Amino acid sequence: MSGHSTYTPKSAFARWLERRLPLLSFIHASFVAFPTPKNLNYFWTFGAILSFMLVAQILTGVVLAMHYTPETTLAFNSIEHIMRDVNWGGVLRYAHASGASMFFLAAYIHMFRGMYYGSYKAPRELLWILGVILFLLMMATGFLGYVLPWGQMSFWAATVITNLFSAIPYVGNAITTWLLGGYSVDNPTLNRFYALHYLLPFIVAAVVGLHVWALHVVGQNNPTGIEVKDEAKETVPFSPHATLKDSVGLVLFLVLYAWLTFFVPNYLLHPDNYIEANPLVTPAHIVPEWYFLPFYAILRAIPNKLLGVIALFASIIIVAALPWLDTSRVRSAVYRPAFKKLFWVFVAACLGLGYLGAQPAEGVYLIAGRILMAYYFFHFLALMPALGKIEKTSPVPDSIEEACRAASAARADAAKKAKAHA
Amino acid sequence: MGAVERHQATPPRQDWSFAGAFGRYDREQLRRGLKVYRQVCVSCHSIRLLAFRNLGEKGGPELSQGEVEALAATYKITDGPNDAGAMFERPGRPSDRFPPPFPNEQAARAAFNGAYPPDMSVLAKARGYARGFPLFLLDALPGVSYQEHGVDYIVALLGGYADAPNGVTLPPGQFYNIYVPARRIAMPPPLSDGQVSYDDGAPATAAQYAKDIAAFLMWSAEPHLDERKQIGLRVVLFLIVFAGLVYFTKRKIWANVEH
Ligand code: HEC
Ligand code: HEM
Repeated sequence: MSGHSTYTPKSAFARWLERRLPLLSFIHASFVAFPTPKNLNYFWTFGAILSFMLVAQILTGVVLAMHYTPETTLAFNSIEHIMRDVNWGGVLRYAHASGASMFFLAAYIHMFRGMYYGSYKAPRELLWILGVILFLLMMATGFLGYVLPWGQMSFWAATVITNLFSAIPYVGNAITTWLLGGYSVDNPTLNRFYALHYLLPFIVAAVVGLHVWALHVVGQNNPTGIEVKDEAKETVPFSPHATLKDSVGLVLFLVLYAWLTFFVPNYLLHPDNYIEANPLVTPAHIVPEWYFLPFYAILRAIPNKLLGVIALFASIIIVAALPWLDTSRVRSAVYRPAFKKLFWVFVAACLGLGYLGAQPAEGVYLIAGRILMAYYFFHFLALMPALGKIEKTSPVPDSIEEACRAASAARADAAKKAKAHA
Repeated sequence: MGAVERHQATPPRQDWSFAGAFGRYDREQLRRGLKVYRQVCVSCHSIRLLAFRNLGEKGGPELSQGEVEALAATYKITDGPNDAGAMFERPGRPSDRFPPPFPNEQAARAAFNGAYPPDMSVLAKARGYARGFPLFLLDALPGVSYQEHGVDYIVALLGGYADAPNGVTLPPGQFYNIYVPARRIAMPPPLSDGQVSYDDGAPATAAQYAKDIAAFLMWSAEPHLDERKQIGLRVVLFLIVFAGLVYFTKRKIWANVEH
């Protein structure tokens, strides 16, 4: 479903380039002519939003890097120097910190969108797996970046997370020492974390390339989950239709991003991270950033360190197996009444885990964490395989076109009724 | 009475001129806060990231160039080495930073039974308190946003000293204060009524000092807050208008697509 290249080079230079490297017709086919289902809703704008956020993070990050010093006695001060003495430095730093949160927010919406509409199902399995790889890379990047300001939370988060690897039998301690570049979090750790934090976004960019390539081979899913049958009737060209709709979604998203950056920039940052790292003082509660909290809750729900680490990684990897765990032949939750309910239960369970990740791991919090963790895995390992076999799905229309006609008929009907009432 | 309360109390919420999207620092308050810092807190707490020139910058206490120079000159700054290789002292210049009261952390700890008066540069952002579910969700929202946990904590702490209740014995050099973790702190109550004289008519009370120094510390932690919120208003307004324009363009383009 790559777009038909209706592109004809107009200028002499374009013709010259086309014969040597058909870059322009590639761009035209991918981002102008590319057919997009006409019934996509605003949840489909989050791919474009994510792409924007990646670019925003790279741009703000590169400028921050020009003023940042990755050395333990200077790192904290260099961040303050950026905030105080560099023109636009405060805005830049807050934009990058809030940007990470907004990036994750968009990624979570994007992933839940995929789960709701069954976007991971054949032939989009690889697209989905590339997505999970992107998520893992984002997590690594976010964690590494959080260490750089060298505040108390930076230091202790780095200590806790690298320490997880020491749970691996036999080689664990050796791996941890190797990761840290020593026996504890120190200057070598900060240096390599900085190097990796700079590197990973470009790997993310490369994987996004693969992700979008795969998308352009299999085409976009849509809210009905029905494959496009008639390209002329059921799709619209990417430009200007999808570009404009994506722009609407993006600009609204940017309003939120700007609010966070300019008015409540410290809302998601921890006060302890304004205290310079001190290996001798452990903070009362070590909490990761909000976007890691559900996974942190899973880690702590298990009393055994090794098993906790395994559960943590399993909870992410299992998402990649979704195309095979879900046995339903119907893609979209729109026609799966039982799944639709369970989807929201699952979302609630994830939010609940997030809340518990920020609470002390004791008493009722710990018990609730265990229950929700069990439910999380139950959803993937039991509900998804079983539901597809037993669920009574509602009738699925033959085509996107038919679904659209039915929807607009229903809308007209409702309008008529409303009029009759008035 | 039951068991003795050991958890810290929740700081009461104060009114701040700099709260909310339209909030800006109160220049007079910052000047009063500067006075409190220079006459009280300075004997124990450093504020190492603050340069004298900052006091003259826009969005701060906005002292005049002359006032900044005069204020800087009242401090002795160690400089050097000179041509003979010796360190020497000279009067401060606007580009210098506030010199610390103790030469190093160990010296401060030695003076306070091992406790350390933290540096004040970003202290207002380095403190806070948990609001709990669901209040913390509201704290981010326009109109009700709440970002002043740190300053509220400082005000509460400065006025939170009390006699230890029966059954609580404090180690020497510790004071009972209901707002700090474990309700004990090594800082003696620093403020008392009439200690600093104000010349702008504000009441010379400990409660007023506490608010003023807290506001000053907020400014020290976030010197460009005014500017940031100013730019922010323009950015958000632009984005909202732009969103409307893009939306109507999109509707026009999609008008003849049945979906
Ligand atoms: C006599 C010395 C002294 C003076 C004067 C002083 N402090 Fe302190 N302050 C301390 C010490 C010591 C600590 C550390 C307390 C501890 O760790 O228990 C401290 C801690 C603090 C803290 C941190 C409490 C916490 O949450 O950890 C704040 C805030 C503070 N002081 C504010 C002030 C302000 C504002 C002033 C000026 C009005 C001031 N102090 C004047 C000695 C002093
Ligand atoms: C760096 C982060 C990411 C970027 C920049 C990105 C980008 C995109 C873009 C531009 C699209 C097309 C527009 C759309 O359908 O929304 C897309 C689609 C998709 N993405 Fe992502 N993505 C990212 C992360 C993820 C993650 C973490 C997952 C899931 C684990 C994922 C799964 C998908 C799926 C399944 C589709 C096809 C959706 C459909 O057509 O229904 N992506 N992505």
